[in-house]
Amino acid sequence: MSVAILREGDYLIAAILSDLTDKEVVELRGELIAMVGRYRSRGLVIDVSALDVIDSFVARALRSIVLTVRLRGAHTVIAGIQPDVAIALVQFRLNLGPLRAALDLDAARALLDQLTGGEAEDGR
Amino acid sequence: MDREPDQPDPDEEQEREAHDDQEQTSHDADPLLQELVAYLREKRTELRELWARRISAADLLGVMSDEEIFSEATEVFDNYVDALESGSIENLETYARELSERIIPRGVETHEVLGIVLLLRDVLARELFAKYQRDSEHLNRILDAYEPAANRIAVTVGVSFVEERERVINEQQEAIRELSTPVLQIRERLLILPIIGVLDSQRARQLTQQLLGAIRDNRAAVVVIDITGVATIDRTVANHLVQAVEASRLMGASTIVTGLSPEVTQTLVDLDVDLSMMHTVGDLQGGLEEAERLAGYRGAGATDARRVET
Repeated sequence: MSVAILREGDYLIAAILSDLTDKEVVELRGELIAMVGRYRSRGLVIDVSALDVIDSFVARALRSIVLTVRLRGAHTVIAGIQPDVAIALVQFRLNLGPLRAALDLDAARALLDQLTGGEAEDGR
Repeated sequence: MDREPDQPDPDEEQEREAHDDQEQTSHDADPLLQELVAYLREKRTELRELWARRISAADLLGVMSDEEIFSEATEVFDNYVDALESGSIENLETYARELSERIIPRGVETHEVLGIVLLLRDVLARELFAKYQRDSEHLNRILDAYEPAANRIAVTVGVSFVEERERVINEQQEAIRELSTPVLQIRERLLILPIIGVLDSQRARQLTQQLLGAIRDNRAAVVVIDITGVATIDRTVANHLVQAVEASRLMGASTIVTGLSPEVTQTLVDLDVDLSMMHTVGDLQGGLEEAERLAGYRGAGATDARRVET
């Protein structure tokens, strides 16, 4: 599997390490949604900094992960979208409004802290 | 290997062929060129002096001193004769490009470069006329060999010169384009991108790319795009702007657009561009204040305001 999923406190961090097939994307979505519930995570970071290309299927899948995870009570931040990828993504004309993005993992965690109202920190 | 029927010295030719009837490179097959190259080499000093004199007489290369002309002439002459001999114009192309690189900044014009090459061609042709005038048939054959080679050289030098000029022009255009959209960091993680002049699709695209690169390199959290200097905008460009804002967001930066003129705002509304993602502030000053607030900077005024709030 080319995705590393780590648990860190109330957050889950999924680092996509190489291009995924459509099937793997679907599997990843299922797994993340299940894990958010199992670990009662409040935030999810999907790190895509290793990806040079994100096609419209993956973009749609990311969007659907964000929306589903939100229904399960957690916020998602996509981290590390590369400049060329960002340009390609906006040209798909998908509604990427629900996607919150951050430059890297640090920024993503800061954004999650803000989105979850810092409760994650307080809970420890 | 095809041999012309009117080859001179048939005995010698046959003998040579017998010795060495494997593949022959083209220049070996043309003893006439060999002959004239040898002759031109022999007269090298004289010919290039004559040529340099004619260059000065024709008022070409006015920006260069006589010594410079002579030393360039020597090199061009040698390269020219080499190219005649080998039939290969690659070295000459390289040389012509280098020469162009040296002389273009000094203001040498295209007609001068073509002029000197054609002068050399004429000087050499004259010399051949003078030598072979008694034997018109031989002269004709020599010219048959000389003219295509000489013309090809003239074309090569001309084309190399023009290509070099184009390369310089392209480089300058690239430089202007880059300078026209500076991405400036005015505080840590706060970028400002002033856009001045006409925005077209290509520039908008390039601008987006530069902006995203800068966001990554400076780890920017907030970007202020100021379009005070943009007088008009059309649908394509408006969409590019929206995409630039959206792409910046995907890289984790918030964008504030400032300085929309009355005309631009009206156009945007009339065109019904989706501006829901666009965070706009009236002027650059307001944009910067908003940006500092977003980026979490707290100047004296902001701190006071917070105290009042709490």
